[in-house]
Amino acid sequence: MTSYIIQRVIGVVVTVFFVALTVFLLVRLLPGDPARVIAGVLASQQEVDRLRTRLGLDQPILKQGVIFVSDLVQGDLGVSARTSNAVTLEIGVRFPATLKLALVSTALAVLIGIPLGAFAAVRAGRLPDLLVSTVVLFGISMPVYWLGLMLIILFSIRLRWLPAAGADGVLAVILPAVTLAFFSMAFVARITRSSMLEVLHQDYVRTARSKGVSPPAVVWRHAMRNALAPVITVIGLQFGELLGGAILTETVFAWPGLGRLLVDSIFARDYPVVQGLVIVFALLFALVNLGIDLMYGVIDPRVKYG
Amino acid sequence: MARASVTRFDEVRAGVTVGAGTFKRLLRSPSALVGLVIVVLLLAAALLAPVLTDYDPVKQNLREVLKAPSAAHPLGTDQLGRDILARLLFGARLTLFIGAFAVSVGLAVGVPLGVISGYYRGTLDFVIQRVMDLMLSFTTFLLALTLVALLGVGLTNVIVAVGISTIPRFARLVRSSVLSIREVTYIEASMALGVPHRRVLWRHVLPNALAPVIVQATLSMGATILTAAGLGFLGLGVQPPTPEWGAMLGEGRNYIFSQPSVTTFPGLAIFLAVVGFNLLGDGLRDALDPQLRGRR
Repeated sequence: MTSYIIQRVIGVVVTVFFVALTVFLLVRLLPGDPARVIAGVLASQQEVDRLRTRLGLDQPILKQGVIFVSDLVQGDLGVSARTSNAVTLEIGVRFPATLKLALVSTALAVLIGIPLGAFAAVRAGRLPDLLVSTVVLFGISMPVYWLGLMLIILFSIRLRWLPAAGADGVLAVILPAVTLAFFSMAFVARITRSSMLEVLHQDYVRTARSKGVSPPAVVWRHAMRNALAPVITVIGLQFGELLGGAILTETVFAWPGLGRLLVDSIFARDYPVVQGLVIVFALLFALVNLGIDLMYGVIDPRVKYG
Repeated sequence: MARASVTRFDEVRAGVTVGAGTFKRLLRSPSALVGLVIVVLLLAAALLAPVLTDYDPVKQNLREVLKAPSAAHPLGTDQLGRDILARLLFGARLTLFIGAFAVSVGLAVGVPLGVISGYYRGTLDFVIQRVMDLMLSFTTFLLALTLVALLGVGLTNVIVAVGISTIPRFARLVRSSVLSIREVTYIEASMALGVPHRRVLWRHVLPNALAPVIVQATLSMGATILTAAGLGFLGLGVQPPTPEWGAMLGEGRNYIFSQPSVTTFPGLAIFLAVVGFNLLGDGLRDALDPQLRGRR
């Protein structure tokens, strides 16, 4: 078990390192002068040169690479071209908002998606199943940015119940969280349904039924635990995605998280921040994946790590 | 006729093959039929756009700004007085164009990578799979967004960025199909007979790995439409005044207080297009794979 965790942690480090290296090279090898791009068309040559020196872009690429890697190892992602703050600070300030949104919407997705999927599996092929399937189809086909705007039109403009933008107060999280949760909920429901269908056909479920266990108990106590592994995977992946900045939803609701920071930085050509965010996203995603794999053992004692 | 028996043999192994009965089975499923109808209507809208509307999708008319739906403008007008229906019809061309080309990029790179990975295995497989892992450590949208940020906006870059983001999925899928097909006796026999690798690949392995790729390509059409429209929504996709659905939604966003229909209809169009391809993809999967029918 310990050696498995060590092996996986090394894997995470290697992945993040290669992601960092790829982004570093992409930013520098693409056509065009990054310093000119960051400074803007209107900047004088002097300003561009000053910026180039400040960002270290005047050094030979190999030297830049060495500096980049040694900074990275110390947890230094460089300095924002826009605000001159450390990139880690910019990201750190925005992270709590993204985490909050990810937690609330994942909770919503799980609390609605799992019962919905289980319900559809139990009533497979009948009307409830069809209804759930339709909801699932809508969820995975919905452009989140559109859903967000429609919710704003209904709940903020027409009914005036909920704020349309920002992150102030408890109410502000509701619309963005619901918007985000819809897709994840559909995904969770779909996987729960198919996983549940498989488990419900197994012998031990039939045994439980024939010895007179009540139908809800069969589903929730006997079948669910075994149907849960693939569901956990999907929940984890969704959570990982949400941590990677709900880019579109955060934009629609002006939510001050990492996704919004990425979009703003792209528009401002703030490459150090874009580069730093991509690295942090890869790290978060890899860590969440590791977490999911470790959770299998808790849920299903038969899982052996090797 | 050797091919026919090979196909039937494989149907037992992988259970997924394209055959004469596929289309018939597809039409028997009501949901797949709905998907097919939506996709056909989308194609018709794209092809017949100039016939279906008299309005120019990019010509501004500042006297008719932000009008609600009416007889003259069935879906209303946008912030520059352009007919929304006309923009949606011409936008269908762009949506299908971007979707088709992006999926083609994914296919053109992903399928060969998957075949090489699964057929030759070894070091090459290891390297390709690690690169795919790297790409999969981002979500599709983040990958596409980052690539557009680096490449710059515009139609070609959007197609390239969205296309690249679909590569890992195709590579993974084809690799696993090829891995299982490789173990089949007739492949072993061809190799024992000294048939060159390239011929084994083209004549035997690839045709049998095709069916899941068709399903994935159809589902990917829906996904790429969503991704490309998302980029357009952020203003990082196809640039104005091109009538791209995502961009229409993004530009109309500022007017949701005064005229919600500017955002309602483009979003509905994106949603319906994605629903169509998803239904068709699911239907194809069920029609191609008897084992999966009614399960998923």
